[in-house]
Amino acid sequence: MNTELLGIIASFAITLLIAIPLGRYLAKMYAGEKTWLDFLKPIETGLFKLGGIKPNEPMNWKQFLKAMITINILWLVYGFFVLIYQDKLPLNPDGNAGQTADTAFNTIISFVVNCNLQHYSGETGATYLTQHFIFMFLHFVSAATGMACAVAVFKAFRDKTTTDMGNFWNLFVKSITRLLLPLSIVVSLILTFNGTPSSYAGKDKFISLQGDTVNVSRGPAAQMIAIKHLGTNGGGWFGANSAHPLENPNYLTNMTEIIAQCIIPIAMVIAFGYFIRRKKLGWVIFGVMTVGVFMLMIPTISSELGGNPLIAKMGVSQLTGAMEGKEVRFGPTATAYWSTLTTVISTGSVNGMHDSTMALTGLWQLLAMMINSFYGGCGVGVLNYFIYLIIAVFISGLMVGRTPEFLGHKVEAREVKIAALITLLSPFLIMSGAALSSYIFMAHPNIDWAVKPSTWLNNPGYHGFSEMLYEYTSSNANNGSGFEGLGDGNIFWNVTTGIVMILGRFLPIIGPVAIAGLLAQKKYIPESAGTLKTDTLTFGVMTFAVIIVLNALSYFPALALGPLAEHFSMLK
Amino acid sequence: MKNQSNKLFESAQVQTALKESFIKLDPRKMIRNPVMFTVEIGTLVMLVVSIYSFSHRDQGSFAYNVAIFAILLLTVLFANFAEAIAEARGKAQADSLRKTREETPAKVLLQDGTVVMKSSSELRKGDVFTCETGDTIPTDGEIIKGIATIDESAITGESAPVIREAGGDKSSVTGGTKVLSDEINVLVTTQPGESFLDKMIALVEGASRQKTPNEIALTILLASFTLIFVIVCVTLQPFANYANTPITIAALISLFVCLIPTTIGGLLSAIGIAGMDRALRANVITKSGKAVETAGDIDVLLLDKTGTITIGNRKATHFWPALDILPDDLITACVLSSLADETPEGKSIVELAASHFALPVAPAGSESVKFTAETRSSGINTPDGLRVRKGAFDSIRNIALKAGNPFPEEVEDRVKVIASNGGTPLVVSQNEKILGVIELQDIIKTGISERFERLRKMGVKTVMVTGDNPLTAKFIAEKAGVDDYIAEAKPEDKMNYIKAEQNIGKLVAMMGDGTNDAPALAQADVGVAMNSGTQAAKEAGNMVDLDNDPTKLIEIVEIGKQLLITRGTLTTFSIANDVAKYFAIVPALFMASIPALQSINIMHLHSPESAILSAVIFNAIIIPMLIPLALRGVEYKPIGASALLRRNLLIYGVGGVIAPFIGIKLIDLAVAFML
Repeated sequence: MNTELLGIIASFAITLLIAIPLGRYLAKMYAGEKTWLDFLKPIETGLFKLGGIKPNEPMNWKQFLKAMITINILWLVYGFFVLIYQDKLPLNPDGNAGQTADTAFNTIISFVVNCNLQHYSGETGATYLTQHFIFMFLHFVSAATGMACAVAVFKAFRDKTTTDMGNFWNLFVKSITRLLLPLSIVVSLILTFNGTPSSYAGKDKFISLQGDTVNVSRGPAAQMIAIKHLGTNGGGWFGANSAHPLENPNYLTNMTEIIAQCIIPIAMVIAFGYFIRRKKLGWVIFGVMTVGVFMLMIPTISSELGGNPLIAKMGVSQLTGAMEGKEVRFGPTATAYWSTLTTVISTGSVNGMHDSTMALTGLWQLLAMMINSFYGGCGVGVLNYFIYLIIAVFISGLMVGRTPEFLGHKVEAREVKIAALITLLSPFLIMSGAALSSYIFMAHPNIDWAVKPSTWLNNPGYHGFSEMLYEYTSSNANNGSGFEGLGDGNIFWNVTTGIVMILGRFLPIIGPVAIAGLLAQKKYIPESAGTLKTDTLTFGVMTFAVIIVLNALSYFPALALGPLAEHFSMLK
Repeated sequence: MKNQSNKLFESAQVQTALKESFIKLDPRKMIRNPVMFTVEIGTLVMLVVSIYSFSHRDQGSFAYNVAIFAILLLTVLFANFAEAIAEARGKAQADSLRKTREETPAKVLLQDGTVVMKSSSELRKGDVFTCETGDTIPTDGEIIKGIATIDESAITGESAPVIREAGGDKSSVTGGTKVLSDEINVLVTTQPGESFLDKMIALVEGASRQKTPNEIALTILLASFTLIFVIVCVTLQPFANYANTPITIAALISLFVCLIPTTIGGLLSAIGIAGMDRALRANVITKSGKAVETAGDIDVLLLDKTGTITIGNRKATHFWPALDILPDDLITACVLSSLADETPEGKSIVELAASHFALPVAPAGSESVKFTAETRSSGINTPDGLRVRKGAFDSIRNIALKAGNPFPEEVEDRVKVIASNGGTPLVVSQNEKILGVIELQDIIKTGISERFERLRKMGVKTVMVTGDNPLTAKFIAEKAGVDDYIAEAKPEDKMNYIKAEQNIGKLVAMMGDGTNDAPALAQADVGVAMNSGTQAAKEAGNMVDLDNDPTKLIEIVEIGKQLLITRGTLTTFSIANDVAKYFAIVPALFMASIPALQSINIMHLHSPESAILSAVIFNAIIIPMLIPLALRGVEYKPIGASALLRRNLLIYGVGGVIAPFIGIKLIDLAVAFML
């Protein structure tokens, strides 16, 4: 077998070897059972004392969400102003300017919501202060927010009937101290030893062979890159993200980073099963997700290895596959592997340019983000899956002749209403965003804006449409990767994607937590032979079908006009 | 009632339904069904477009637009027809019941004892009327004086007369039934128009039909699917402009109507009505659609032993002679002592003996000894000096011992064996000498344990309620295959059992007839009162069984499950259909300007117009094609939830993906041929 394929198989195997025990650990840790990191307790106690928080105070789902939303608003306000005034604040050795209001609006939302769309470039648009105390800080807390909310859902199903969803502050702080921080230290050390900079010095310069002076941005990047992957954030230190040689120097760091971004989402699924004492349910969900990932990954790898038919027509050999936009040190297989995982999981970091991938690869990347729950982001992946699960439970419950129930709680009109609204939200945000931008591009190309709509697209036509569709899909999925080639650093894109990101983040968190809270309050119905079991292969297939059919139905026309039209035109 | 037609479509009903389909086009009525309401709006838009295209060319040909308009209108009409035919069937069913109670003269008894003739429709709650032999009872009520045999065949179809009397648990009479003997005074208990039957008719007719909880939840889900497709279709316009592909209004609306779940949307209310109708066909009157739905969720079923699990009374099953007694002697003695015995037990002894040999005849001048609570035995004294007694073990033993005769050990052992097997031993003596034992046993209905097995597979636990002692109860419970039993049951035991089960989250169903049962009937999630039961019981329950058949609960549970399954499977089918419709319409929309997208026209449909027409036609005709399924209901099989899901997913999910590919292709061939 070729080494490129072996490389990704090894990556996936190592991912599972780490993620599965990690899942068991998370279940124990969140349940408050003994773990070997208990020595950190005094630090947590200190933090709680400082904040005047009673970490064991139970919260119902409304109190829980209130706490979550309050702290998130605080970060939004804080970050917005610091970004605008970053030029006047310390730790700015390269003398970068402050962000404009619309860029700051977009940037702060994108970091608070764990999206990291990055309409700025790290080298020029941020300072060491903002990189550190906003971006890196938000990398931790946004991941921990998602995880805490997922655990609230777990808690709802651990006991038979309860109103206690756990204490937000407790779950939130523990996610950082007991998981994100220790893991980040390990990953950043690996990166540092492989050449990723971690100094506070400003730009370095060297004189190239041609005699030009080249300035090289650097800074304390390794720390941020570690949590950017572990927390499925994806916001890189450098503009080129993990395709940048300093952000991702070699194949080992490439493996480290891709493994780092998968372990927590997978571990959360396993943890769900262990936490609610229904291990099998965790495994079935993991199975469905994994099948979904492979169904997206295998065609991606094959279309990248196949090369571009237009280049083939020119008689150029493409033995190594489609190399445009890829780093030679990684090759097409590892890049395709990464591009699938970074889109199914909401990381959005890239080690190659998605804009340059084959048209069909673009289709799989878009679909991965539209589904957004095959593993998915830290915590939020399970939450997104939970919505599909509720819909699947409802339809299949009817199909077996009983009022639908999930883990002993009846799923009734109120829960279905919330799940239906959340299902509706993604197509609404993605399609209306793309429709609005298409409309302005066509109807008002020369409108008097700083950046004229007619100059938005580097490649008008089907690919240009994919670029716009991708931007909104990525924003809604809180993914943050981009089909670059789109002129997105202007007020239209900053504001519209900002709105999409914030709605696409918080509503799909509020929805599942509310459903879980409502279900948990209901009387527990013991299982009988007539009860539909949700931890079976059959139900897994049902959920999978619901996910695929719902997404296919929502996006088929848009996908036909973008990647499909591009692909088939290329074949003609 | 019993001889109702099982045909799905009666021509009279079809005619009413056809008329109703048009009346239901009224938007105020349509809005109750959001999915079909949006189709109606689409139809109106197409009407405008059709008129416009008569003089303009940019929206496609006039004929094409009119065709689309006509098909959309048909889609709405088909959905209305489905609902109307379900209503018509339910109404016909209810009408046949109501016919029995049309204008009947009533002899109203005034306070002062005088009798005034009134029409049944003039009777008010609180009135008292009197009925004697040959009278038809004018309305529902409760006997307050007297006892009568009544022919209830008009309601139950059962020709054997029943006895109804004041004071007991069988004090209720139903309007339309006939008094065969004696005279009774009846208190009217309901206002005209408020009897259970009237309520049921109102439910079926839709006036007071409220959506059940599951129906509401499903409607929400379907509405949100509809909204998703609104988004898809609205955004398609700017997308198409970007791709320089003009889309006609007809194409856009067709796409929309094809995508929204019209199949289930059109059939949803028909399914609900059909559920109540099926209950009515089983001679069960439900007070709400919710009750039928809840029946499908039942976890625990409380059943009375007598009449449900066992056939009425105990029967003789065996003669056990003492060692030194010939069997024939014992049997002869038994028969002699039982010939004059009118109790069911006595009759069963004679019956059993008859299967052994020709029955002896009691000598003339014999004197029968009646059973009394004191002697606890009965028997016969013949003129030739034979004294035969049969009775409880200790009373007969006393007779023997007093006369100085021993009580044989093997007989005593047999008595114990019978008792421990749940039977009743009757010891027989002749001239104070012990002859042997008659074994009386409860006879478990044939096929009942299979039904319990079926219930177990559905996940329903069966509980037998009996007044027997725990030992007997246990034996019968095991033999019949029930999961649990309540022995020596008092009315409050039922209540407590129900509450305990409900406390751990289970839904309980029970059947009852007496006033004693009323609290438990009210407490149970599904309480089925027997029609013969007291007014209190009927008020407390949420269903009334006209047949007074205790096994009816099992049927009711299946009807409830069937109702939910039909909704679930048709939803799945409807959504699965969309995949094929996309492959028909999306290439049709873009083929002209993006020839490359011809590659997704995997059905190779003839032209964009024929593709769109075929998809809309398929979408319309699938509704009437599925009406029979909606009315009959999808079959329920107790094979376990996961297996059932697999089965239905395969038939309605996978089938729902494949069927429209074939259907649309076939229609396209026909349409292409005509164009």
